[in-house]
Amino acid sequence: MSAIKIRNLQKSYRVYQKKEGLGASLAGLFRREYRTVDAVKGIDLDVEGGEFVAFLGPNGAGKTTTLKLLSGVISPSGGEATVLGHVPWRRENDYRRRFALVMGQKNQLWWDLPAQESFKLHQKIYRIDPADFARTRDELVDLLDIRRLLSQPVRELSLGERMKMELTAALLHSPEVLFLDEPTIGLDVVAQHNIQLFLKHYQKVRGITILLTSHYMKDIAALCKRVVVIARGEIVYDGSLAGIVDKFSGHKVLTVQFGGERMPGNLSRYGEVLEEVAPKARLRVDRGEIAKVLSAVLAEHAVDDVSVEDPPLEEVIAEMFARSSDGPAATDLQPVGM
Amino acid sequence: MVARVQTWWTIFRICVEERLVYRGDFALGTLMRFLPIVTQIFLWTAVFAGAGKGAIVGYSQNDIIAYYLLTTITRAFASMPGLASGFARQVREGEIKKFMIQPIDVIGFLLLARVAHKIIYYAVALGPFALVFWLCRGYFTAGWPEPTVLAAFFASLTMAFLLGFFLELTIGMISFWFLEVSSLLFVYMLFNFFCSGHMFPLEILPQPWQGIVEFLPLKYLAYYPAAIFLGKVPPDELVRGLMIQAGWVLFFVIACRTALNAGYHRYSGYGG
Repeated sequence: MSAIKIRNLQKSYRVYQKKEGLGASLAGLFRREYRTVDAVKGIDLDVEGGEFVAFLGPNGAGKTTTLKLLSGVISPSGGEATVLGHVPWRRENDYRRRFALVMGQKNQLWWDLPAQESFKLHQKIYRIDPADFARTRDELVDLLDIRRLLSQPVRELSLGERMKMELTAALLHSPEVLFLDEPTIGLDVVAQHNIQLFLKHYQKVRGITILLTSHYMKDIAALCKRVVVIARGEIVYDGSLAGIVDKFSGHKVLTVQFGGERMPGNLSRYGEVLEEVAPKARLRVDRGEIAKVLSAVLAEHAVDDVSVEDPPLEEVIAEMFARSSDGPAATDLQPVGM
Repeated sequence: MVARVQTWWTIFRICVEERLVYRGDFALGTLMRFLPIVTQIFLWTAVFAGAGKGAIVGYSQNDIIAYYLLTTITRAFASMPGLASGFARQVREGEIKKFMIQPIDVIGFLLLARVAHKIIYYAVALGPFALVFWLCRGYFTAGWPEPTVLAAFFASLTMAFLLGFFLELTIGMISFWFLEVSSLLFVYMLFNFFCSGHMFPLEILPQPWQGIVEFLPLKYLAYYPAAIFLGKVPPDELVRGLMIQAGWVLFFVIACRTALNAGYHRYSGYGG
């Protein structure tokens, strides 16, 4: 049975269009123009229990909106969704005790108190059995190596340490579904790596369902077998990370190391020259042409070494985002009197 | 039920701990509140000397200073510094999401936090309050009131706390619609200053203002408990007055809950 089931989920909202200048500001007191933003435009998605799925997409694509819908913070404009059989935006306590949401840019812990106080509060509000609480807390603090920081006020922790505390707090009630919105944002490489290792281990051992949004490809490559790409409020891809290259990249990268004294001239007849440093050249060749180009190069020149590779994943994704990065679609402009 | 009480107790305990973090600021803030008492005593002494009358609207000079001293106690119960503005900030900065995601009621949470803050405040302020009242005991010419009047005073004081909390939180919830409520709060504070009886007994107000404040909840935040203590409320009107105060508390409990439900709905409809 699917842990998360989404059918034709939509979310639109109005944003005030503030024009420049004092005159426009005064006019805005009486008459305002709003723009309708379709943040999510009819998404269908099924996520099985125990899957670790990444949401990928440019800023404003609808990733965070979808996570907010699934955690019940916002209600949809249309469509349906269930998580563990619950409709999220009904905000039933039974549902709220079964999931957790961690936002990289939002703090849920008590700022002036040590994290262990927030943990105790979570024990009570989630009604966690004392023995289970002690066991889970010990397991998490040891895995994340934060035991020595438990009695330090949260405001005195580094960003990475704080995120570890946030994750611990979110996992104390052993949620079956975890939503992670950019959990490694702003962290250094070491802290990012530690969080990745932890999430990978925890998900594997506990078998929970995780939905993650991140801009760091390394997070996604390290953690998720399944990637859902959202652009302009729609799902444009659902599959493996490697599959993105097959679907969205129309070319391959051919690297040739020529033998002999001189580099051949006019390499651009084989494809776009990306780099040319004797005796090596890197060429961008259309996927359909690769066999023909490769045999021509081998037939016409002395070649010491050759390789054919997919372009780097980050490059493909950047290209894909660039094609759809005009932001969420604005469907209409409607003046509304105040 | 036991689990719920344990949750309340933990929230209460953590709020107390949080309150004790900034000791210096807290101690200074608490003690500085006693300074205006001195200036008010001088002010009323000068007013009576200038008027050359033994009594103003039925209050002698001793009565009016005793009244002012009592309103410092009622204000200590009913004033809610930072409640509405703090809630508005949580809405504006998205921190309110925490309460939408976690199985916890934001109103109950804030009430417990406020009870914790008040208890800490009273614990620190009890000594200075006792000292001020002992030094000023000469102004309380009628002595201690009857036990029933004293009971009514404490009941009214407790309701003043609840009324202050729910009224101000309801104002804070307007932030779901307007995001910024500081101007609205300023207007409220201004009305509160004059219409709650915080600065002077409401009998001083001219008509039609005196008639109007009778129908407002504000007088139950400062004037009413002090008036009960000083015997200004006739015994046969005590129960009726307390019932009206309870009615106002109930009204704002309902208004606050309704505003929260509507606010959550709007917040979640807008985009968060």
